[in-house]
Amino acid sequence: MTVPEAEAPLAVELVGITKRFPGVVANRDINLRVRRGQVHAVVGENGAGKSTLMKILYGMQRPDEGTIRVDGKEVAFRSPTDAINAGIGMVHQHFMLADNFTVLENVVLGSEPTRAGRLDRAEARRRIRAISDEYGLGVQPDRIVEDLGVGDRQRVEILKVLYRGARILILDEPTAVLVPQEVDELFGNLAELRAEGVTVVFISHKLDEVLKVADAITVIRAGTTVAEVSPADVTPRDLAQLMVGSELPTPETRESTVTDQVQLSVRGVSLDSAAGGRRLLDDVSFDLHRGEVVGIAGIEGNGQAELVELLIGLRTPRTGTVLLGDTDVTDWPTLRRREAGIGYIPEDRHRQGLLLPSPLWENRVLGHQSRPPSVRGIWIDRRSARADTRRIISEYDVRTPGPDTPAFALSGGNQQKFIVGREMSGDPTVLIAAHPTRGVDVGAQAAIWEHLRQARSSGLATLLVSADLEELIGMSDTLYVMLRGALVARLDPASVTPEQLGSYMTGAALAQGAQS
Amino acid sequence: MTGAPMPVRKPRSVDLAGLGYNVAALVLAIGVAVVIGGLAVELSGHNAISAYRLMLRYAACNQADSSTPCTADSVIDIINRAVPYYLSALAVAIGFRMALFNIGVEGQYRLAAVAAAIAGVEIHLPAVLQVPLMIIIAMAVGAIWAGIAAVLKVTRGVSEVISTIMLNYIALGLISFILSSYLSGNNTDSNNLSIATPDLPSASQMPGFNRLLHDLGLLGSHPDQVPGFLLVAAIIGTVFYFVVERSRFGFDLRASGLNPFAAQAGGVSSARMIVITMLISGALAGLVGLPYLMGQAYSYSSEFPANLGFNGIAVALLGRNKPIGIAFAAVLWGFLERSAQILDLNGIPQEIYVLMQGSIVLAVVVAYEIVRRAKVRRAEREVARQVPEALGGAVEVTA
Repeated sequence: MTVPEAEAPLAVELVGITKRFPGVVANRDINLRVRRGQVHAVVGENGAGKSTLMKILYGMQRPDEGTIRVDGKEVAFRSPTDAINAGIGMVHQHFMLADNFTVLENVVLGSEPTRAGRLDRAEARRRIRAISDEYGLGVQPDRIVEDLGVGDRQRVEILKVLYRGARILILDEPTAVLVPQEVDELFGNLAELRAEGVTVVFISHKLDEVLKVADAITVIRAGTTVAEVSPADVTPRDLAQLMVGSELPTPETRESTVTDQVQLSVRGVSLDSAAGGRRLLDDVSFDLHRGEVVGIAGIEGNGQAELVELLIGLRTPRTGTVLLGDTDVTDWPTLRRREAGIGYIPEDRHRQGLLLPSPLWENRVLGHQSRPPSVRGIWIDRRSARADTRRIISEYDVRTPGPDTPAFALSGGNQQKFIVGREMSGDPTVLIAAHPTRGVDVGAQAAIWEHLRQARSSGLATLLVSADLEELIGMSDTLYVMLRGALVARLDPASVTPEQLGSYMTGAALAQGAQS
Repeated sequence: MTGAPMPVRKPRSVDLAGLGYNVAALVLAIGVAVVIGGLAVELSGHNAISAYRLMLRYAACNQADSSTPCTADSVIDIINRAVPYYLSALAVAIGFRMALFNIGVEGQYRLAAVAAAIAGVEIHLPAVLQVPLMIIIAMAVGAIWAGIAAVLKVTRGVSEVISTIMLNYIALGLISFILSSYLSGNNTDSNNLSIATPDLPSASQMPGFNRLLHDLGLLGSHPDQVPGFLLVAAIIGTVFYFVVERSRFGFDLRASGLNPFAAQAGGVSSARMIVITMLISGALAGLVGLPYLMGQAYSYSSEFPANLGFNGIAVALLGRNKPIGIAFAAVLWGFLERSAQILDLNGIPQEIYVLMQGSIVLAVVVAYEIVRRAKVRRAEREVARQVPEALGGAVEVTA
């Protein structure tokens, strides 16, 4: 730390910020003091109000009450442009870069230096180099963004913000898309930024990372700030308790329930890319046993989504077979697979999981429209579907007024619990679970893990695709790593660490000669 | 918080409130159209109030002033206009319910009417068989024509919007070709230059309700029939409701329309749904020209009414793609067309009704969107009120 904490002036001060949306208070009486030249972490569960707070600070939302001061001066942002003019920049969780442009073009997009009406590339290149050198970002201005890795792209995003003159950076869940090694690099960059006097507001819900990088931590719970602590004074447990009011759940499964009965067998499955180029799936083979959870780790875009869609029948492999029990189901359509006992938790619940405008009971019918209790003859059985929806609501603790509430009105965690309950209906033998706890709060996550565990011990065979390494290691009986469409390693979740898993996911561990 | 669901408001009362919103939107839209139409009348130098009075009295009474007694001619005319619009809108609506846009109802009904007109002349069966056979032929022709668009979409990814528009033009060309080759072989009277199929024999004509109503003492004698297809339309509307809202097929249809990705992940085959829905839409479109062909004109000619298919799109939009709503919308369309006729006789340009039709559709699209947003807010408030912690626990601080 370059400046003693107590003496550094405040870069950002939020006092008594309250923001209401119809029917809900997203933020109430938020107080946040960020000192200049510090990394200040804002932690809280999903849905605690972090995003709303950051949108207020970045001018995307206007607070109903409270004041914002930047460098001691009171400000009222009407748009992100105002925030940028005040020296505040935001790096979003999902990158906003044009893939087919160079780094230079992406950085200057929207604030191009011109000479005689033309883009002054030389000037732009000089400034980008200067910023990159000053903060040790190592960004090369003439590379095409398409060719860059995730970590490099993130550095481009950071540079883009600095280029616009930001001295206060907001990083929204910056580590969510990174593997552990890239996280370390990011933290190195943040240290450089801090050394040069840049203020960083770092939003996260990953406690160990926060403790590693932050100079000060503000905890948000249920829409309000509940504590400001120094990382030196707290343990991860303390932070967790501040965040949720109770201890964090862990994804540990207990004793093994794996049997030798193969429930789903994938043999030599390959899938070509529609655009040509490398295969989406390359000779994938594995067995899924009764009572087993098989985890698939991998950086997104390495074939996991295609494997999942292939197993549920949305894609047909070019070669290879899929056996459900002893039956070849390779060519079966989705409905037949579902009827035969495959359940599916899609990775994007809004896209593939729900009819958002429809009531919950109609969503209960989806995927089960050929089976009781959803149908009787050619008619939808409304009464039974409603009754069974009530069962799911109570068994899976879905917080909703009732089965006639439209799906969009529920929070993400409750939507997800409802989907899990629906997919567990009708006694499936195989469950394809893609990111089953993505974007849900800690309480819902614990509940979903518990349901998956219970189902496993009663014999369900689960394929778990996830980006949450703790979840994969904690829940899986067998763990595969997927890279460029192929299963490249089989690991024992009992002994592997997230760091080791991360190096397999990037291919680094394999390049070193695969000692294991 | 316990896991048990909380006591729920009766779903029926929620539905009633939703219906109230829709009716309010419709009234608002019609209000806007009345104002716009009235302004147009005033601009043309006439009194808007008296023009609307004239229209209403003419539509209800068939009389321009109250001194002469009422007759039912206008009402019968409105029904005759509304029935084809109703069928046409149902054909469009079933596609809309799964986000398919069949603009080809126009070509489908005309081609179907030609086929039915020729079949009605060439086939000689007793009326009880002949009339249903003609209906089936018309539906089949409409379905086949729409089916082309469905096959193109499923196999080649051609947007049905483009293909059905193009098929409309092809249908018109095909009709000219069929008529000229058919008539050149059949037309024995070489002096007759009008392009029309021979009149249907009485076994091929759809009987109207006038005699029944007369015998019941409900109707005097009238030149125009209360169309027999009114009954067909009512039956089809009822079947439409149960199939779309209550059956498994209807569920698959609506799911595909609301979220095709979720429907597929739920096991609904999108290709199958596209083909079946397009076939149904085309079959319904095949019926559109029959009330006129089999109940009024008895032949297909160059004067056969056009634009029933395009008007069906507007009527379906206005009726929210639901049978009851469409019935109201179709009657409204018929009412505007009929009542506007009196305006010309009083020197007021009757095109005002077209202006009003357009304004209603525009206003209703806006109004329904406002209603949709109001419903979203209402549902979210409902959840927040009954389950405070459901929205991220942000309402009550539980420190």
